[in-house]
Amino acid sequence: MSETTTEREVMDYDVIIVGAGPAGLACSIHLKQLKPDLMVAVIEKSAEIGAHILSGAVIEPEPLDELLPGWRDNPPPICIPVESDEISLLTPTSRFRLPTPPQQKNHGNLVVSLGALCAWLAPQAEALGVDIFPGYAASGIYFADEGSVAGVIIGDMGVDKQGTPKDTYMQGIEIHAPLTVLAEGCRGHLSKQLISKFKLDANSDPQAYGIGIKELWRVEAGKCKPGLVQHSIGWPLDKNTYGGSFIYHMDKDRVAVGFVCALDYADPDFSPFEAFQQFKHHPSVKPLFEGGEILSSGARTIIEGGAQSLPTTEMPGALLIGDAAGLLNLPKIKGTHQAIRSGMLAASHIAETGNGAGFDKLLRASPIMQELHKVRNIRPGFNKGLWRGLITAGIETITAGKLPRTLHNHADYSATKKLNDFSGVDRHWVERDLAPRDRLASVYFAGTEHDEDQPVHLQILEPDVCTTRCSKEYNNPCTKFCPASVYEMVEDGSARHLQINAANCVHCKTCDIKDPYQIINWVTPEGGSGPNYQNL
Amino acid sequence: MKIMVGIKRVVDYNVRIRVKSDGSGIDTDGVKMSINPFDEIALEQALRIREAGQAEEVIVITVGGSECQQQLRTGLAMGADRAIQVDADNSLQPLTVARTFLKLVEKEQPGLVILGKQAIDGDNSQTGQMLAALWGRPQATFASGLELSGDTATVIREVDAGLETIEIDLPAVVTVDLRLNEPRFVKLPDIMKAKRKPLEVISLDDLGVTAQNDLQVSHYAPPAVREKGIMVEDTAQLVAELKNRGLV
Ligand SMILES: Cc1cc2nc3c(=O)[nH]c(=O)nc-3n(C[C@H](O)[C@H](O)[C@H](O)COP(=O)(O)OP(=O)(O)OC[C@H]3O[C@@H](n4cnc5c(N)ncnc54)[C@H](O)[C@@H]3O)c2cc1C
Ligand code: SF4
Repeated sequence: MSETTTEREVMDYDVIIVGAGPAGLACSIHLKQLKPDLMVAVIEKSAEIGAHILSGAVIEPEPLDELLPGWRDNPPPICIPVESDEISLLTPTSRFRLPTPPQQKNHGNLVVSLGALCAWLAPQAEALGVDIFPGYAASGIYFADEGSVAGVIIGDMGVDKQGTPKDTYMQGIEIHAPLTVLAEGCRGHLSKQLISKFKLDANSDPQAYGIGIKELWRVEAGKCKPGLVQHSIGWPLDKNTYGGSFIYHMDKDRVAVGFVCALDYADPDFSPFEAFQQFKHHPSVKPLFEGGEILSSGARTIIEGGAQSLPTTEMPGALLIGDAAGLLNLPKIKGTHQAIRSGMLAASHIAETGNGAGFDKLLRASPIMQELHKVRNIRPGFNKGLWRGLITAGIETITAGKLPRTLHNHADYSATKKLNDFSGVDRHWVERDLAPRDRLASVYFAGTEHDEDQPVHLQILEPDVCTTRCSKEYNNPCTKFCPASVYEMVEDGSARHLQINAANCVHCKTCDIKDPYQIINWVTPEGGSGPNYQNL
Repeated sequence: MKIMVGIKRVVDYNVRIRVKSDGSGIDTDGVKMSINPFDEIALEQALRIREAGQAEEVIVITVGGSECQQQLRTGLAMGADRAIQVDADNSLQPLTVARTFLKLVEKEQPGLVILGKQAIDGDNSQTGQMLAALWGRPQATFASGLELSGDTATVIREVDAGLETIEIDLPAVVTVDLRLNEPRFVKLPDIMKAKRKPLEVISLDDLGVTAQNDLQVSHYAPPAVREKGIMVEDTAQLVAELKNRGLV
């Protein structure tokens, strides 16, 4: 990774942060608040800050109060206090209201667009002197001779599909820093390499993930109830699949609707995208969207493993924070407050000690970890199905996680059953007519853009497996789980091959996680490529 | 010689634009804004001319609100030497912009002004032509080739019939087309350098220009949505359906 052919240009900083999400931005702001003289840079692969951020989002505002006292006088562009909460159980035709579990009570919380919130945070960081570089992907780690992390390598630009430089070729530079903070969010490309290289997960369960697909709609006048927060479980998922929907009512007739599904589902033919679209057609949901207009859409994975799966969050020269570490509180489906808090904690530790050593211990003793510990058994409780899961969730909630037991997580890809071992389920799916018609129509609303003439950023390590074993054993699940139709099996004459429509990719990282043979490797495409989310 | 390049802040070409529900304009809330792609090509050409030793200075100019400084900074990071923002309302019409540019031209005395052939928001394609007329200098529009030699420029123009090559005397106004070049990527250290390059802000008043909006936009509307199609079984049904709709 650090071997370079020609000398790359170098920039030096005291701290380099990868990822301008809530974790990275909060960390950069707090570093400058505590030590104005530190040179801090933030690298972000999206062309604009917030354009690769997709979240719910109902957020807990307390960490923002700590980070930026007085922010409420200058709030982010979308910021609506939660007025009421509803949670329901859906069957194919009915809806049953359930009592709202304490983790999902949202009094005092805010409905925001996390992308817009990040775009609002960035100038505040810049005003403190942070250098933020949107449009540049950190594609590799720069290692010091003794093997510790010593910075990042920015991806080259202007390289063609075969890997040869074009007229516009620009070699990526190296950014050197005594400390690198990885804030890449769920399934970070560099974080993944470092977790493996430094064996940071040696003492934790395999990580667990979900996929979240989301759309922003403008609904017919009078249908949006600003501040209403709705969740559902049950249909269209079968009882062995963990997940559910969210509908957050914002202002100006805008409604965010999304669906989250754990990636440890068994059915190799399951399409999370289709499940989401089906949900929108439930008789109790569809009227909200009829006559409305879809504004924006996208997908992103969610890190769900919690306390048991949390890797060691420090290594020589680098730290993991936010979703890159895996601090999301799943029963709440909230990670933003944890991301901000962990960013601030890392900042104060760095400001105090001048390096990262000792951060992991500090984190594990902090309220961030206590919060995860309380809910640690809820997701694995659903391994035995919806009903057993709800019972576990009830017990764990009543006892605040104090029972001396810890259920375990397994690797999501290993839960996919082979065609022969999976007996189909009747999903009671219906004909659809709301937009988007299919995944390609949905990609259009993600505004995703990649120069077609660049190396494919979805690397298949053993391409033969796709057409031989995978076709037979699993019927190529990548062609179903990818929410952007990137993977397609095409017939050419008598043979079939896997076609990768990389330009459609929305950077959700599902394929990197769920592929049953673990042979798909998501790498950073040319900086600035990818979705252009608006207010997701 | 100095080269002046116009830079306009527009909604990025990848963005799916939407008309505001009241028809008063385009919804730019949370929307990505960029340099007008034709202006980026204009700047790339100016930089190449300077790098070839045929010009000493490249100045990027814009007329608009302070948010346009972001695009000027990008222009500086690409390699322009300095920038001028004429502070004004973003909704100025081409004639006012051309008059403003004229004042800057009189002040800076450039040997060449390069502009995009049009901005992708209004698609007017007027500013360059108007500036040349007000300035009383030659113009070459829709350039896909541009060579300088001494006091003249040879320009290949994209015209309906194909390509036209003309020679013009400098100073002149050239507006550029898509095929002229492929703009460079910005190097990260150059973003830092750009922060230290001069960016002058002048008000419209200081230049003695009054914004004049002679055209009134009554309202914006999205194109009509296509009706959902139906699949017909055979020609008989096709004919019947067409008759039904009064189309045959
Ligand atoms: C569907 C869905 C619903 C959610 N709902 C809620 C909710 O209601 N409330 C809540 O609090 N949380 C919610 N979350 C979780 C929340 O979004 C995350 O916890 C939060 O975004 C984590 O912040 P982060 O800064 O760690 O990472 P992210 O927000 O993921 O930010 C990471 C940033 O790093 C960039 N990046 C990654 N790799 C690189 C690289 N190599 N080079 C350069 N840049 C890079 C990415 O482009 C991105 O901008 C939801 C998540 C999803 C997917
Ligand atoms: S290719 Fe992979 S990362 Fe890209 S959209 Fe599809 S599943 Fe997500």
